[in-house]
Amino acid sequence: MVQKLDTLRETPSQTAGPYVHIGCVPNFLGNKGIYPADLGLSPVAKGARGEAITITGSVIDGAGMVLRDVMLESWQADAAGLFPSPHEKRGKADPKVSGWCRFAADFESGLFTLKTIKPGRVPHASGKPMAPHIALWIVARGINTGLQTRIYFDDEAKANAECPILARIEHRARVATLLAKRSGKGAYRFDIHLQGEAETVFFDL
Amino acid sequence: MTAPVNGPLYPRDRLWHPPAYAPGYKTSVTRAPQRALVAAASTLSEETGPAFGRDMLGERDNNLILNFTGKPAIGERVILHGRVRDQSGRPVPGVLLEIWQANAGGRYRHKMDHYLAPLDPNFGGCGRTVTNDEGAYEFLTVRPGAYPWPNGPNDWRPSHIHVSVFGSGFGQRLITQMYFEGDPLIPLCPIVRTIPSQEAIDSLVAPLDMNASIGMDARAYRFDIVLRGRRQTFFENRPEGM
Repeated sequence: MVQKLDTLRETPSQTAGPYVHIGCVPNFLGNKGIYPADLGLSPVAKGARGEAITITGSVIDGAGMVLRDVMLESWQADAAGLFPSPHEKRGKADPKVSGWCRFAADFESGLFTLKTIKPGRVPHASGKPMAPHIALWIVARGINTGLQTRIYFDDEAKANAECPILARIEHRARVATLLAKRSGKGAYRFDIHLQGEAETVFFDL
Repeated sequence: MTAPVNGPLYPRDRLWHPPAYAPGYKTSVTRAPQRALVAAASTLSEETGPAFGRDMLGERDNNLILNFTGKPAIGERVILHGRVRDQSGRPVPGVLLEIWQANAGGRYRHKMDHYLAPLDPNFGGCGRTVTNDEGAYEFLTVRPGAYPWPNGPNDWRPSHIHVSVFGSGFGQRLITQMYFEGDPLIPLCPIVRTIPSQEAIDSLVAPLDMNASIGMDARAYRFDIVLRGRRQTFFENRPEGM
């Protein structure tokens, strides 16, 4: 016999279901009057340092259908690579950056939009810098445990090539699934494929 | 206040959580990634996260019986309470908890819900709170009704409340559902059954807590939540090899 580890088991996940909007974005749904505003409407306030960008996309299932009941959350560093978090020990982040955003797909088109600033590079535990990226968390009906992925940028080729997390992807052709594609000044497209040839890389970090 | 613990996150036990592909829950079939997740140790992007203070809360945010119109919602009055800890057993203060649920008849206030049970004009169906310094939280609500849903020809959801939880790091983000002790629909539910083990299912079933119940007012159910742990050691590997 040995001593027993007293580590607890994490609470198991369950799907957010089709009605996640009631709890997380009630005003977006039209259930007004409970909270003055939905949380996480914008990750940046006016005057945030860095390049203003808009990322548009949709989440697509294995039958090619766009999800209209999906909700996403993003978390990112400021333009200098600092997080607006009590756990950030490297310095003080831009006070105009909250870093967190919550956005649901449009009920008709399934499109989502994230207006933010391009984050700076954040160091990995190895000391190497990660490429600029935005962490994403995706929940919906039919998704049993929230999916973790990242938005990287297709105009950051050098940083992407040095990123220790992107380096973990064995099938190199799949790295492209994490690159938001620049389509104009400050505009990017990022579609998330849950299955198929173009299946997005999902992480377990 | 408990000192913040901000080391790397414990890896998530993917065999404890429901698998992405769970054919008994039909919607998962086309929404489950088929390739292996790319795994690595957590980074600062997962170890940091948004912080929420109690000052953003409205007075009735955690009172679902009154927070929609100010007039009481119909249904069995229930106190839902518990504690949020991490895997090492430390209470987690400052956790934003958001809940949503059907009304006492099993109907959601959502444009996509067309179940024939009526809406309750005084029930919005959502609430939120932030855990205190001991990691404790409480809500006052009504027990949600069971309802049928299109999956198998006659599938019913047990009474349940959806719970969204933020830890101190974005990698601890979790959404789950709590169930009520003794509900005979729990073992029949295809969504419950996406969870591989009975032990894990049991951890989502809140027991009746008579000691926390208020006589002539409301029964209490206790639902404790465990977030991914965070490592805390002086022996972290550093690039210098120190």
